[in-house]
Amino acid sequence: MKYVFQLMLILTISLAGELLYALLPLPVPASIYGLVILFVLLLTKRIKLEQVEETADFLMSIMPLFFIDSTVKTMNAYGLIKGRITALVLASFLSFAAVTIVTGLTAQGIIRMKKRKGKSNNEY
Amino acid sequence: MNINELLGESLFFGMVLTLIAYKIGFSIQQKWKKVFLNPMLIAVVLIIGFLLLTGISYETYAYGAKNLSYFLTPVTVCLAVPLYRQLQVLKKNLAAILISISIGCLVHGAVVLAVLAAFGIEEKQLINSLLPKSVTTAVALGISSEIGGIQGITVIGVMIAGICGAVLGPVLLKLVRVTEPVAQGLAIGSASHAVGTSKAIELGEIQAAMSSLAIVVTGMLTVVIVPWIVSLMG
Repeated sequence: MKYVFQLMLILTISLAGELLYALLPLPVPASIYGLVILFVLLLTKRIKLEQVEETADFLMSIMPLFFIDSTVKTMNAYGLIKGRITALVLASFLSFAAVTIVTGLTAQGIIRMKKRKGKSNNEY
Repeated sequence: MNINELLGESLFFGMVLTLIAYKIGFSIQQKWKKVFLNPMLIAVVLIIGFLLLTGISYETYAYGAKNLSYFLTPVTVCLAVPLYRQLQVLKKNLAAILISISIGCLVHGAVVLAVLAAFGIEEKQLINSLLPKSVTTAVALGISSEIGGIQGITVIGVMIAGICGAVLGPVLLKLVRVTEPVAQGLAIGSASHAVGTSKAIELGEIQAAMSSLAIVVTGMLTVVIVPWIVSLMG
């Protein structure tokens, strides 16, 4: 029964996400509403980690299976991609490299600034 | 009776084919342990090859296979669990996390737009397919369909980012002298999600924690930032 209860919680929150998606005029996927709801319920201790974690870990461990269908579907869009594969791959690669570098340097800058502040506070 | 009629209403043909292909992909990855041998990518290539060879249509395959994707929403909801597990790290580094990832998301959008424009690609469908690609697949798919992208292209973009992150992430960070463990983890997680995180785990415990946290935070910020970029383009 443990798994039934865990699945019930997760699917109920998914349902709540779908309802919010239907009711609110925002471009936010239902799943993200659900993610936020579950996170808030965990934060406020309305739901305990033990009440969802086994089923959540199981679903996350087989997650790639849920994407395969959508990816195979690309074969129907081949006409649109044909001749543009280089551009798409290059855009994916360069944007990846830019995010790695920019996010890394920004985070490092903020952390070092905080550390320096911390130090000077101790000195006085 | 042709093969598409025979399997056209089979619920399990698509599911079984998906599971077998993924199993083969997983075994190949286990055997050679190379990050570019991504089990999901192998599975997709095998399935497309099989369908083309046998003349089975995508629709016949999808009749059963699409039932698996119904779990996409619940599994995305479950991402709250790893986020909650990293709560202490999240609280301690909140400013660094939110600022660096927001800037990263904006830069990501700008670079995607710039490269595609340089190649003269103007189709909104293609541009919108790649804009959500630096986040974990489950979230990327949600955003992609929300803004009218082609989900398959989004997934392939996500895979490229993940594999590049696992292979090149640490090298890139060394090159620009990012040595703070927290910053390394954030950079890898926000640019290359779970596949990159598998590499961040090798760098250290802090990198691993920050990276898995960055996956979810990047997803949530991208949900806000990408539709905004799309609306700016008109």
